[in-house]
Amino acid sequence: MSSKRTVQFKIYRYDPDKDDKPYMQDISVELEESDKKLLDALVRLKAKDDTLSFRRSCREGVCGSDAMNINGKNGLACLTSMDEIAQPVTIRPLPGLPVIRDVIVDMTQFFKQYHSIKPYLINNDPAPERERLQSPEDREELNGLYECILCACCSTSCPSFWWNPDKFVGPAGLLAAYRFLADTRDQATSERLDNLEDPYRLFRCHSIMNCVDVCPKSLNPTKAIGKIKDMMLRRAV
Amino acid sequence: MKVAKRTFDAVIVGAGGAGLRAALQLSEAGMKTAVLTKVFPTRSHTVAAQGGVAASLGNSTEDNWHWHMYDTVKGSDWLGDQDAIEFMVKKANEVVVELEHYGMPFDRTDNGKIYQRPFGGHSQNYGQTPVSRSCAAADRTGHAMLHALYQRNVRANTQFFVEWMAMDLIRNADGDVLGVTAMEMETGEVSIFHAKATIFATGGAGRIYYSSTNAFINTGDGVGMAARAGIPLEDMEFWQFHPTGVAGAGVLITEGVRGEGGILRNASGERFMERYAPNLKDLASRDVVSRAMTTEINEGRGCGSGKDHVLLDITHLSPETINKRLPGIREISIQFAGVDPIKAPIPVVPTCHYQMGGIPTNYKGQVVVPKDGSPNVPIPGFYAAGECACASVHGANRLGTNSLLDLLVFGKAAGETVVSDFQSGQLTLKPLPDDAADVSLARIARLESQTGGEDVHEVRLEMQRTMQKHAGVFRFADIMKEGVTKIMEVAERAKRTQIKDKSKVWNTARTEALELDNLIEVAKATMVSAEARKESRGAHVRDDAIDCAETPNGRDDANWLKHTLWYSEGNRLDYKPVTLQPMSADVEPIALAKRTY
Repeated sequence: MSSKRTVQFKIYRYDPDKDDKPYMQDISVELEESDKKLLDALVRLKAKDDTLSFRRSCREGVCGSDAMNINGKNGLACLTSMDEIAQPVTIRPLPGLPVIRDVIVDMTQFFKQYHSIKPYLINNDPAPERERLQSPEDREELNGLYECILCACCSTSCPSFWWNPDKFVGPAGLLAAYRFLADTRDQATSERLDNLEDPYRLFRCHSIMNCVDVCPKSLNPTKAIGKIKDMMLRRAV
Repeated sequence: MKVAKRTFDAVIVGAGGAGLRAALQLSEAGMKTAVLTKVFPTRSHTVAAQGGVAASLGNSTEDNWHWHMYDTVKGSDWLGDQDAIEFMVKKANEVVVELEHYGMPFDRTDNGKIYQRPFGGHSQNYGQTPVSRSCAAADRTGHAMLHALYQRNVRANTQFFVEWMAMDLIRNADGDVLGVTAMEMETGEVSIFHAKATIFATGGAGRIYYSSTNAFINTGDGVGMAARAGIPLEDMEFWQFHPTGVAGAGVLITEGVRGEGGILRNASGERFMERYAPNLKDLASRDVVSRAMTTEINEGRGCGSGKDHVLLDITHLSPETINKRLPGIREISIQFAGVDPIKAPIPVVPTCHYQMGGIPTNYKGQVVVPKDGSPNVPIPGFYAAGECACASVHGANRLGTNSLLDLLVFGKAAGETVVSDFQSGQLTLKPLPDDAADVSLARIARLESQTGGEDVHEVRLEMQRTMQKHAGVFRFADIMKEGVTKIMEVAERAKRTQIKDKSKVWNTARTEALELDNLIEVAKATMVSAEARKESRGAHVRDDAIDCAETPNGRDDANWLKHTLWYSEGNRLDYKPVTLQPMSADVEPIALAKRTY
C-alpha cells in the first residue's frame, strides 16, 4: 500500500442558504498516511473545501457525533476504516430525519423519544449515606445497555421509526428504557411498562434487526426490546 | 444584525461534567437557568474519560482523605492550593455516592459496593503502597458519569440551548460579569444571554497541541473568552502529557490499564519504570512516567521501526479480566492500533491530555483576580469549574482520576455558591452596556468580509506544531524563547483568518475560525508562561534547571513557589502566592519535599 492515495467520494450536499435542493457532489481527496478513518478523510476534505459540514468531536467512537450513512449503511465516520471501504465512498445524512445542512440532521425527534422514556433512575427511598448496594451479577445486567452513545445509527435505520418517528420510541429509546427496567436500584418498573403499553411505542418493533446490524458499539436493541415485551407479558398473566 | 436579548437568573456555558453538575444545583433550587453548549451534552469530552473518579471510600483497601490529600499535593509538586485540595478530597465520597444515587452504573465489589482500582500516584500511608481509590465503571467511567448527570438534568427539567456557541464574555465598566453573547449554530444568529450569574464550564484546550488525546471541540472557549475580557489565566505552562496515547492516533489508553496490572516495556522488553520509580513503578505520577518514556525513546530504546514509541503490555492478564475491566481499551486498541491487547502489547507515546491551569478560582468556584493589592478578589457574577478553571487543585501535575473528581466537586461548589448568592439577594441583574454585543458582531463581520486572509486550517496546524515542538514533555530554554516569537507570529496570522463558507446555516468553518481565536489565547499564555518559569516543577521540566539540594529535581521553591498569571492585554505576566495553609485545622500543611515515587 502506497503512503498517499486518492479516494473518490460522492457526498450529499445541501445548504438551504444557497441551494434550491440537495445534490450529490463528486469529489476526490488525496489522503496522507496518517488518515486511517473516514473521519480523517472528511477532515482532509474540509481543509480543501470549508463549506463541507458535518458534526464530529471525540474521534474515538464514544461521543456519537459523527453518525452518517456510509455506502448505504449507518455508522460512525471515526470508526470506519478507509482500508475496507468501497469507492466511490457515498456519504449521506442519517435517513429519516430532517436535513439541516449537508450531513447534519435535526435530531429533535430522536431525543424527544429518548426523553419520553424517563431516562433517569427513579428511586423514591430516602438516599442512604453510602452507595446503594448492587451485586456484581445484578450490575452485569446493565452491560450491553448503558454503553449507548445516542448516535442514532439504530433508530434512523429502523423502518418502523421512519414511518412513525413521533409514535414509535425507536431502538435507542427502548434500549434506554430497558437499561432502567433492568437496574435493581430502579423502582418504577410498572410506571415504565405503562409508559410503553401502547400499539406504537414498543410494539411497532417488528424485529427487523437493522438496529443490531448498524450499532457501532455492538449493542443489541432488539434483544432489549424482546425483554421488555417479555416483562409486559409476564405482568399481563 | 439584530441581536436578541434573553434574560436568566444564571447562564452556564458548557454541558460536560462540571456544567451539568452545576446545572443540577441551580435547577433543583428553582433558578431560571440557561445551559449553553456547542454540542449535545452527552457529546462533551467528559464522555471520553476512562479509568475512574477518585474517592477514599476504602471499598477494597484501607483509605482516608488525609492520604488522598497528601498524594494530590505531592502530585501537584506543591503548586496546588492546599485549601482547595483539602476541600476537594473531603467532598469526594459525598459527590461520588451522589452520582451512584443518580444511577451511575459503577462496577461492583463482591459485597455490592462501588468497585475501586489502583491509579498512578495514589497511595496508602503517604506514598508507601498503591491504593485502590479510583471508582470505576469498567473503562467507560466518563461516559457513564456524563450520561448519568445528563439524565439527572432531564429529571430536573434543566433548560439547554444545544448547539449554541458562546462567543464573548460581557462585562460592565466595573468589571462585573453580566453574561455572554452566543451564536445559534443552526441559524447563525447572535443573542445576548443576560444573567445575574455566569458559570464557565467549558473544558480544556488540548487542541493547541498537534498530538492530543482531546476531542476536536476542546478549544478552550471559556479560557479564551476570559482572557480576551481582561481576566488573567493561571499556571498555563502546566500541561499534562498522558503517558499512554495510541502511537500515531493520539487516542487515550487509560492509566487504569496499568492499575489493572499493565506494564510499560522498551525495545528490549525491559520494565523500565523500575529504574525511574522503584516504589510505584508503572503507577508513578503521569509527568514522571511520560518523562521516563520520552527518555527511553530519546536514548534509542524505543520500539518499532522508527523506535518512536514504547509498549503497554497486558498480555499477562487473563482475557476475562481484560474483557470485564478494560473492554473499551480492547476496542480502541483493535480500532486505532490494530492490535488485540489480549495477544500483543499496545504501542503508546506520551500525548497532550490535560490543562492544569485555567481561569483562576477559589474553592467556592468564584473567579478571583488580583485587585487593590489583594491576589484573590472575586469578580462579581463570574464563576468557573472543571478543566477550564484553576482552583488550583492540580498545581503542576494532576493525578489520574482527580479530574472527574474536580468537575464533580467544583461543579457542585460553583452551583452551591451561585444558589446561595442568589437566595441571599447578593446577585442582581445589572444593566447591560449598549455595546454588549459589539465585539462579537465585529468578529463575525470581519470573517464575513475578510479577503486575502489566512486559512484557518493552516494557521491552526502551525500553532499546533509550534506548541508541540516548543512546549513539549521536555523543555529547553532557547527553544522556548524561539517558541514565544513563533507563537506571536501565528497569533498575528490568526487575526486575519478567512473562510470561504458564508452561509448562515450551520457554518462550521466560521465555528472553527471562532474557536481558533480561543485556542490562540491559550497557546500564547502557555508559551509565554513556560518560557518565563525558570525552574522545573511537575509537568514543566526545563534543561537548565539543576537537580541539587537547594533545587530538588530542579524545583526552585525560594523563587518559584508561586502561581503564574498571564494577561492577554500586553502579553503581561504577574504572580501570586500558593496557598500552603489547608482550609481547616483538621490537617497540617503538607511540608515541601523532593518528589520521588
